[in-house]
Amino acid sequence: MSIQRLAHQMLENNQDLANTVIIGLQPRGIFLSDRIVAALKTIVPAEKIHYGRLDITFYRDDVRNSLHIANTTDIPFSIEGKSVILIDDVLYTGRTIRAALDALLDFGRPAKVSLCVLIDRRFSRELPIQPDFAGKAIDTIITDKVKVNWKEKDEKDEVVLV
Amino acid sequence: MKLSTKHLLGIKDLQKEDIQLILSTAAQFKEVLQRPVKKVPSLRDVTIVNLFYENSTRTRMSFELAERRLSADVLNFAASSSSAAKGETLLDTVNNILSMKVDLVVMRHSASGAPHFLAKHIPAAIVNAGDGINEHPTQALLDAFSMQERTGRIEGLKVAIIGDIMHSRVALSNMYLLKKMGAEITVVGPPTLIPKYLHEALGVNVTYNLQEALQWCDVANVLRIQLERQNQPLFSSLREYNLAYGIKQSVLNKLDKEIVIMHPGPINRGVELDSDVADGPHSIILNQVENGVAVRMAVLYLLAGRTNEN
Repeated sequence: MSIQRLAHQMLENNQDLANTVIIGLQPRGIFLSDRIVAALKTIVPAEKIHYGRLDITFYRDDVRNSLHIANTTDIPFSIEGKSVILIDDVLYTGRTIRAALDALLDFGRPAKVSLCVLIDRRFSRELPIQPDFAGKAIDTIITDKVKVNWKEKDEKDEVVLV
Repeated sequence: MKLSTKHLLGIKDLQKEDIQLILSTAAQFKEVLQRPVKKVPSLRDVTIVNLFYENSTRTRMSFELAERRLSADVLNFAASSSSAAKGETLLDTVNNILSMKVDLVVMRHSASGAPHFLAKHIPAAIVNAGDGINEHPTQALLDAFSMQERTGRIEGLKVAIIGDIMHSRVALSNMYLLKKMGAEITVVGPPTLIPKYLHEALGVNVTYNLQEALQWCDVANVLRIQLERQNQPLFSSLREYNLAYGIKQSVLNKLDKEIVIMHPGPINRGVELDSDVADGPHSIILNQVENGVAVRMAVLYLLAGRTNEN
């Protein structure tokens, strides 16, 4: 199971999650981050896990072309000097992560930021951004649409290519 | 989801869904305002002019802060220190400003309907920051946001609007908004300050008895007595008004419940509201001011998202 593997990889790279915080990206990265956090809780004590949610709507570079509805941001701890793991479902052009980095820096100065995604759409990047932890890398063309469905919201766990 | 309108001229033109969208977006901006860096880059490429033909402290500063927190470029215009004093017409002034490539105009004017007139003649999006005795939509939105924040709901809430209903654009916008959102409204004041057909026109309850309205309501929104808009005396003296309709601690003590006190500002202390009530634990007047920035950020953000459509 990819999620177990991602959780273990995070632990290998961040000893006991000391000085580490996990931040899921709204809206759809949350489903993945919720599960990874649940998996981590079976391995390390719950009080060691700092978990927040970040919405990047106000940091997008396309406000005037398409209006997005904001979701809740909830980061109840300081990220100053911490190692931050950002979690999202699909990495595609890299623009969402660019916005997330800008948003994150407004909360403080992390020591390090790494990126975890379930699906890495290789060869579709518009910005120099790469994941540190990836569930699966797939090769797609621009006209493809990749959607990760989650039981919590879409009734079924699956990755579909539309 | 987006707003059904290109401008914010009044609550009258909004749908219930628009109001909900503005309030939920405002809640997200309120969170932004708690961050170490209280600024987001959303409107980096948007230029906004604040066109104030009438004096204002709170609204102008609140709009300007909201614009800056959204990273917009801001131009300020105060009629008293501009060419309007030399006789330039409103349309000429605005067309000149627009040729400097402005996307949004925030306007306050002493003539009712001035922003509606502009909206017909210029391509920029207009936000009404108060027009004469017509509407003050962002105030009604921040009032609703503050009520919801304090009491947890708007639907079914009992709101008393007290004072100079006749000259108050805050009252009219509040009545439209609360009605659309399913709250119950009672207006209270001296008969000379309440328009005659208000009950028939807007479906609100009208009473001249302050104590009765306070006992009924959950929230009391107290309005300012606007002497500058009364060209003939409508009550005999401010002292008499205070005796009959002023909100005093002694009046609140007679109630068998606690109610929330609101006021759009500026307060005439000792006229419509006594100091001990205005500064008391049930007053959310300063929360209203704080929420004003978040609500105005939401309005500007949602309208700027539509400036590319034409």
